[in-house]
Amino acid sequence: MIEITGLHKSFGKNHVLKGVELSLVPPGLIAILGPNGSGKTTLIKSILGMVIPDRGEIEVDGASIKKAWEYRRQISYLPQIARFPENIRVRELIAMVKDLRGETEMDVSLISYFGLQPFLDKKLGNLSGGTRQKVNLVLCFMYDCPIVILDEPTAGLDPVSLVRLKKLIKTKREEGKLILITTHVMDLVEELAEEVVYLLEGNIHFRGTVAELKEKYQGRNVEESIAALLQKDGPFSLGAVASNGHAKVPETLLEN
Amino acid sequence: MFKIFKYSFFDLIRSRWTYIYAGFYFLFTLGMLMLSSDLSKVVISSMNVVLILCPLIATMFGVMYYYNSREFTELLLSQPIKRTSIFTGQFLGLATSLSVSLLVGAGIPFLMFGVFGSDQAGNFLVLLFNGVVLSFIFAAISFFIALKNEDKIKGFGLAILVWLLLAVVYDGLLLLGLSWFRDYPLEKASLIASVLNPIDLSRVMLLLKLDISALMSLTGAVYRKFLGSGVGMAISVAVLLIWTIIPTLGIRRVCLRRDF
Repeated sequence: MIEITGLHKSFGKNHVLKGVELSLVPPGLIAILGPNGSGKTTLIKSILGMVIPDRGEIEVDGASIKKAWEYRRQISYLPQIARFPENIRVRELIAMVKDLRGETEMDVSLISYFGLQPFLDKKLGNLSGGTRQKVNLVLCFMYDCPIVILDEPTAGLDPVSLVRLKKLIKTKREEGKLILITTHVMDLVEELAEEVVYLLEGNIHFRGTVAELKEKYQGRNVEESIAALLQKDGPFSLGAVASNGHAKVPETLLEN
Repeated sequence: MFKIFKYSFFDLIRSRWTYIYAGFYFLFTLGMLMLSSDLSKVVISSMNVVLILCPLIATMFGVMYYYNSREFTELLLSQPIKRTSIFTGQFLGLATSLSVSLLVGAGIPFLMFGVFGSDQAGNFLVLLFNGVVLSFIFAAISFFIALKNEDKIKGFGLAILVWLLLAVVYDGLLLLGLSWFRDYPLEKASLIASVLNPIDLSRVMLLLKLDISALMSLTGAVYRKFLGSGVGMAISVAVLLIWTIIPTLGIRRVCLRRDF
């Protein structure tokens, strides 16, 4: 269970989170959405203790995370950009995480699940973005934690891995875990999410089920509903927006 | 913390730069020993190199290692590991690998030439001790500066600036001050000034150990009196320890407040 109250965070003059209140109770699969720069990653990193809030409180399983670290045992985290030390091999990286975090046997099945065997002895610096993301996924899912946080999990994945990832996420949900996903792929939200938390300008603008979102903003699918939301309340509400919901291309762009 | 230390240490000890650094000490010391049969002269020459190079290389490695291992750090931060363990472990790994380079690089040639059978054994050990301490001090300072500055160029610049201040500018100002006020008795003031700077303090400790303080006239006599006494020696070692501990505590403090 994650309980966030009055969370504020600024980076210099940029006030990213302005008093976020959020309570997340397992089980559930919650999509955290929002336009670029709305604070999704900051929120997630605050939960992980990588970003230190200016004000506000975050509790995981009833205990404040301030200066705590043991609670991270409860969390599997998939970082947004898979950045790894360049000079070590995939096998070494997995062994290192196991050494630091504890023994697990799930890595073996996950490696074959995502087809990573041919890459085990390659250096991480030489891997493609998609392959690196698969390594990222293995490191994230090889521990069986009650809370799973996925920041843009589909980035760079091929269709086969994408299907498998979705299946894996669904299994984790059925096991009764609390799963948070941020993504820009609305089909993924449509397919997986039970609830949507929409961040806008540092606050939670909408929270509800996918059906409620569609109903409130009169969209046929999540994508249209979000577009309607943004045009009604968000950064696109001012400016050249035609009545049919599609922005006109500015004339200055059409001249050439 | 020990695991982080282990990974940082083995990562660095496999690095090309560590070999180059150790190799330089090895070749330099070996060359000096072959040129001169007088071990005490070689210790003095090595001292001049160690006192400049240990702080400089520790500063540069400290900043570079911090910025280059950011990915590794970010990975560690999301794991159930204490923040202070991550950064203290990395710093200790770095400082230890630098010290090993010095001990192996400068130590082996002296051993080959039988330093322990000679009267220079004590001086040799003091030299290595000071080199190791300086590596720790400057690795801690530069790691602290890098941790405080997100911007690579700024961090690098500041760290080099600190080295420059302590290794070069400090002495210059000290000499300038001494020549301006030469009509006054300055032995105590210059003694205090030397003790406060870790590089100067190391130099004075070694010079007195090497028994060439007679070259330093009256000031030398005052130094001799101070450092020759048990209290003086204890104060000197304490100052070196404080120089190591303060930036290390700084690392622990800053790392708890940083965002990643």
